[in-house]
Amino acid sequence: MGVEVRVEGLTKSFGKQTIWRDVSLTLPAGQISVMLGPSGTGKSVFLKALIGLLKPDEGHIFIEGTDIATCSERDLYDIRKLFGVLFQDGAMFGSMTLFDNVAFPLREHTRKTETEIREIVMEKMSMVGLVGAEDKLPGEISGGMRKRAGLARALVLEPEIVLFDEPDSGLDPVRTAFINQLIVDLNAQIEATFLIVTHDINTARTVPDNIGLLFHRHLAMFGPREMLLSSEEPAVRQFLNAQTIGPIGMSEEKDADELAGENHDLLPPLPPIPLQLLPTDGRPRPTQAPPGAWCVANGVTPPPGSFLDDGTALGASASRQPVSSGGAA
Amino acid sequence: MSTATLVTAPLATAGKLFAFGADVVLGVFRRPFQVREFIQQAWFIASVTIIPTALVAIPFGAVIALQAGSLIQQFGAQSFAGSAAVLAVVREAGPIATALLVAGAGGSAIAADLGARKIREELDAMMVLGIDPIQRLVVPRVLACMLVAVFLNGLVSVVGVIGGYAFNVVLQGGTPGAYLASFTALAQTADLYQGMAKALVFGFIAAIVAAYKGMHADGGPRGVGQAVNEAVVITFLLLFLANFVMSALYFQLVPAKAL
Repeated sequence: MGVEVRVEGLTKSFGKQTIWRDVSLTLPAGQISVMLGPSGTGKSVFLKALIGLLKPDEGHIFIEGTDIATCSERDLYDIRKLFGVLFQDGAMFGSMTLFDNVAFPLREHTRKTETEIREIVMEKMSMVGLVGAEDKLPGEISGGMRKRAGLARALVLEPEIVLFDEPDSGLDPVRTAFINQLIVDLNAQIEATFLIVTHDINTARTVPDNIGLLFHRHLAMFGPREMLLSSEEPAVRQFLNAQTIGPIGMSEEKDADELAGENHDLLPPLPPIPLQLLPTDGRPRPTQAPPGAWCVANGVTPPPGSFLDDGTALGASASRQPVSSGGAA
Repeated sequence: MSTATLVTAPLATAGKLFAFGADVVLGVFRRPFQVREFIQQAWFIASVTIIPTALVAIPFGAVIALQAGSLIQQFGAQSFAGSAAVLAVVREAGPIATALLVAGAGGSAIAADLGARKIREELDAMMVLGIDPIQRLVVPRVLACMLVAVFLNGLVSVVGVIGGYAFNVVLQGGTPGAYLASFTALAQTADLYQGMAKALVFGFIAAIVAAYKGMHADGGPRGVGQAVNEAVVITFLLLFLANFVMSALYFQLVPAKAL
């Protein structure tokens, strides 16, 4: 079972430039969360602060009672063993084969025999569908394979928290769909706490249990997926629906004049909330809430057409009845 | 940038470099020691430096023989030509040629390697996997660089002396017997030790600067090129300074041999 990550009042700046201030959120144990934000809003910086690669200026990050922001270097190396991180390009060690890359954490941190190591490595390689490629060097394979190999290495020490830094960057839509499916399957299997940093809307709409949006140097909103997808908050609404009308401009946030010049009566209605991506076997993950549950519990009417199984979502073939707004949830 | 930061920025960098060096020295005593990485790196650094070093050492010895030989001829002290050449090669030329090659070939290779790892996020990945890159990557490289520097110093000394001998005897018409006989007239065993000590220190400085610059590379492939460039330039500056300080100390500590 995963571990809860509690972030309180986190602030980070480089020189005079504030990246974000006063970010507070809790990543619920065992659930998938997505951190969204326009390019350059410090999503990757947030992720690096979570693993202690960057020290925040203020605030705390509590994991199992340890504050990563203030603990000693030694404690940090210990707490990092709870983490698995998938870096943007996989960050495979270029001089080692994929097998050695995946085996690396085991050889460094455990006293397992080579036979045991081979068994574990091959299990993780088959989890990410890379059996047969274990003798290749990272330079010889495609970006998508490197990402999957990076994922295998991140999983090899049985992490409680898995962080994904833009798992879909540089991948075509099909590969993105496959890696999203892989993420959902993995969460169902190992039940760790997942945090995905991305700006892919489709991923954000269908994969996570929770969504956070970093915008204008602060955390605009963090909460259950349905809360953000049904939100009328301008920045959230604009970003999650990829619209040009709203507070987010081309380079930075728009100024007041520009905003006032926009006609908000013409805003298109919120699109329906799609069903969440299910694991390949069609059974919901243990930490997954039934579709529509949040809307019902909070008396929010989801946009018309929400939670309908239109058969297009990968793995959503098993029919699940959406919770009707009037029924008992 | 304010005046204050202009003044303090170089100091801050120097301080960080010093702290990095201290981290590496502490890392040397932390177990497990990376034997494999150490041997691989020593082999690698040796392989990129041995041939250039030997090729540099021959003209280096010859030039010293030429300068010292003609000067000594004017004094009418040809019988001391050998001793002057040995002294110059063993005390100064050896460590200096070693410094140039360790910094230029070994240091640049280390900076480029670590810089490439840094921008590919390999170092971050390593830290996240709970492994300290200083202990895992930098310590073996620094020790390997020091070991290879000592060997290179020996190589330069031998090749330089042979080069000087050949030049003196074959081209300047010196007497082979007199050249060899005067070897020990001025030189002493302590000269060899100070050459080795210098090489050790040079290897340490070159590797520390290269590793520091490489691990702090920033801004993509261009950043790596810049890191390598800065590493080599800074190393040169530091090595020539260190060479001067160590030579001055040596003359104070070890009395010159009486004729």
